[in-house]
Amino acid sequence: MRKYTPKDNVQGKSYYTDRFWVAPRVPRMEVEEGSHFANVLKALGKKAKETYIEIGTLVIHIDAKKNLEIIKILKEKCGYTQCSEQSAVDYLANDGEFELFYQLLNITEAKRIRVVCRLKKGAAIESITPLFKSANFAEREMFDMFGIYVNNHPFLKRILMPDDWHGHPLLKTYPLHGDEAASWYEVDKIFGKEYRDVIGPENRDPSRIDRYDTKRFSRVGYEVPFGADISEGEKENPIEYSETILVDYTKDSGKQLDERR
Amino acid sequence: MAQHQVNYASAAGLPIALTSVDKLVNWGRSNSLWPLTYGLACCAIEMMASGASRYDFDRMGTIFRASPRQADVMILAGTLSKKHSEFARRLYDQMTEPKWVISMGSCANTGGMFNTYATVQGVDRIIPVDIYLPGCAPRPETLQYALMMLQKKIRRESANMNNNTKNNLRLV
Repeated sequence: MRKYTPKDNVQGKSYYTDRFWVAPRVPRMEVEEGSHFANVLKALGKKAKETYIEIGTLVIHIDAKKNLEIIKILKEKCGYTQCSEQSAVDYLANDGEFELFYQLLNITEAKRIRVVCRLKKGAAIESITPLFKSANFAEREMFDMFGIYVNNHPFLKRILMPDDWHGHPLLKTYPLHGDEAASWYEVDKIFGKEYRDVIGPENRDPSRIDRYDTKRFSRVGYEVPFGADISEGEKENPIEYSETILVDYTKDSGKQLDERR
Repeated sequence: MAQHQVNYASAAGLPIALTSVDKLVNWGRSNSLWPLTYGLACCAIEMMASGASRYDFDRMGTIFRASPRQADVMILAGTLSKKHSEFARRLYDQMTEPKWVISMGSCANTGGMFNTYATVQGVDRIIPVDIYLPGCAPRPETLQYALMMLQKKIRRESANMNNNTKNNLRLV
């Protein structure tokens, strides 16, 4: 049995955090009367739960079940004809929910809207591919990275990771170096599980130096023949500089200026 | 660079060339190393530069081949992702014996800066490597040097590949 380690948040945390650091927040502004965004909110009516403007982008919090309906209104009535990005944020450790967002762009008005909704873990969201073809890949990526299922998607399949991959890498519970299935993925796939012992675990320290390995490493000034045994220590091999080609470092070759120029 | 004398017959004025089979075969092998046209990441740009006119691999008898069945050398130039590792190994398996492998750049050697779940931590986990070429990315001169080192290694080997033992051969 392997030792149990808590898996709520296995991703690396910064080793130093300032106690008095307060993360800067972008100011949130109200929607002004008579502006373009006010008309958008009017078209949505009561479907928009919470709305504010962040850096010129209107943020609309909605109910996850009404996402297709609301984005259809935004596309057809308000002119938001492009969906530039769609993905999710993992807040499972906080409240067991994902935050899904849709970034929409209105070309004629040069305005952007972010539609945000919260989704419980294990719940599925309705696909918006009938409205935006670009959402096809975005939703597949969201499924691949977070494991969020998308209803009525034409081809819901992993897009970045291999089809037989285990786990969803962008979850906060997924370790950066991969779980056990990930660290043996290529070995299992190519040679089979019985080769794990032959090949050995991954060495994830690229600067690892073996002090007594003379086949791969050599100490400057202590060179020994290839593969020699140095467990008893090795002889110093002083560095010699050429006297003809390079600067002669062995003698007092420097020149002290007599006076300040 | 030429370590093998080719004008043997002129030495004694006789139409005879004396050599050993090992030397003759290795002379042929080392001077016609055909690598696979196979780039994985930015190291492939340096590999392309090495093949092009400025650095000119052709003068060393090194011509990139588009098929693994015609290639002798596999230059793993770049980051090998876990998703792709299966196909890299398949290409290696499709190459005919004798075959050699150059692992080009930090990513191929150790995984490099991609110390993540999706990157193979050193291609020698799946493919036996002859030459490890450090650098990020190695300059074309460095790749040429690696190829010359590989030529040296081949000239040391026996023509019968069964007699050769690869120290770093961890896999079948």
